[in-house]
Amino acid sequence: MTHPSHPHDHDHDHEHDHDHGSELSQAAIRVRALETVLLAKGYVNADALDLIVETYETKIGPRCGAQVVARAWVDAAYKARLLADGTAAVAELSFSGRQGEHLQVVENTEGVHNMVVCTLCSCYPWPVLGLPPVWYKSAPYRSRAVLEPRAVLADFGVALPADKTVRVWDSTAEIRYLVLPQRPTGTQGWSEAQLAELITRDSMIGTGLPKVPGAAA
Amino acid sequence: MNGPQDLGGTMGFGPVCPQANEPVFHGEWEKRALAITLASAALGEWNLDMGRHARESLPPHVYLGVSYYEIWTRALAQMLHERGMVTKQEVQQAQMLVPPVPTKKPAASAAQLQAALATGSPYDRKVNHPARFAVGDVVRTRVMHPATHTRLPRYARGKVGEVVAVHGTFVFPDTHAHSQGEQPQWCYGVRFGGTELWGADADPTLEVLVDCWEPYLMEAAA
Repeated sequence: MTHPSHPHDHDHDHEHDHDHGSELSQAAIRVRALETVLLAKGYVNADALDLIVETYETKIGPRCGAQVVARAWVDAAYKARLLADGTAAVAELSFSGRQGEHLQVVENTEGVHNMVVCTLCSCYPWPVLGLPPVWYKSAPYRSRAVLEPRAVLADFGVALPADKTVRVWDSTAEIRYLVLPQRPTGTQGWSEAQLAELITRDSMIGTGLPKVPGAAA
Repeated sequence: MNGPQDLGGTMGFGPVCPQANEPVFHGEWEKRALAITLASAALGEWNLDMGRHARESLPPHVYLGVSYYEIWTRALAQMLHERGMVTKQEVQQAQMLVPPVPTKKPAASAAQLQAALATGSPYDRKVNHPARFAVGDVVRTRVMHPATHTRLPRYARGKVGEVVAVHGTFVFPDTHAHSQGEQPQWCYGVRFGGTELWGADADPTLEVLVDCWEPYLMEAAA
């Protein structure tokens, strides 16, 4: 299923959620009314609204985090700095800002798999992953990640060794977590750009693993 | 508060359904919902914790029945109504009916918002008192059920865990959400075993890390 984007068409809403079509229409109507009144009252500026949308639609997203992970895979000194102070290390690559003020990177190893959730709302490391996907904010993920993470991983098609520790990070405070996945075998000598192609958003949340070299995307 | 937001361990919501190649936004209205939520927050009339509390204060059947951007916009509307900034009638009619009220900050320009998004709003604050706990300490979370905002989830109350990180001192959401000041407190990463949280049937390989402000914790023996 694809969702064509029409960033310049403000008068047409794309309502794809087939289970909640009427609900979404109500939501769209309320949002438009709110925006109209906020603008009329001078509480918000139109160009500022567009700037926000443009920033999170085109500039900040999981490719930022993939650059961070790829750098850590090829540069041991950078990886050490990243694990010691995530905020400062991602700033070296010019990533910083809202919902990433206090970033901690947690490393997957042979013995430990990390997974990130926010059971209380939708806390997520925006500067490196962008805005969270719908499932991350949804009740199924938020309720089950801390209780039965292996069953959740199965929903993503991921099976871990039975004896591996599964460490789930509930983002209850202002620290935001990014998973540093394990570098796939068979990538000796790869460039950062090549490696970054293997790094999925979900592998940095901990609900997925990096792509396997040579496998179809 | 024991509201609909506190979902950890709740059952019956079914499988997680990731969408392949999910777009950032699912329609124009989600973009506008994000934009007006962030731009309105820049007026300084409420803080992050007040915003979270407004969302968790939605009726459970609403909170659990709508999409996350609709949770945002319903809470935004509520906060605007409570402060007299936008009336319900104005939203219904989609037009200004009464003059705007003064706000702590003026509407941000695009350049100001760009700078604010790029720097964020760090929530760490200096305090003069030392940390009560250290890495390696065994602690127990308090059993408490405040009707007000808190960030200690129900599943992690009254549980024994180990301090694995001393994060520093941060704005305390339990007061900050209710106009009682930042009252910064030490914040710790606390590791709980799966069986401590969920009993003997839990996944024996599970560890859950919860970030806990000091007022949520006491010595394990206490």
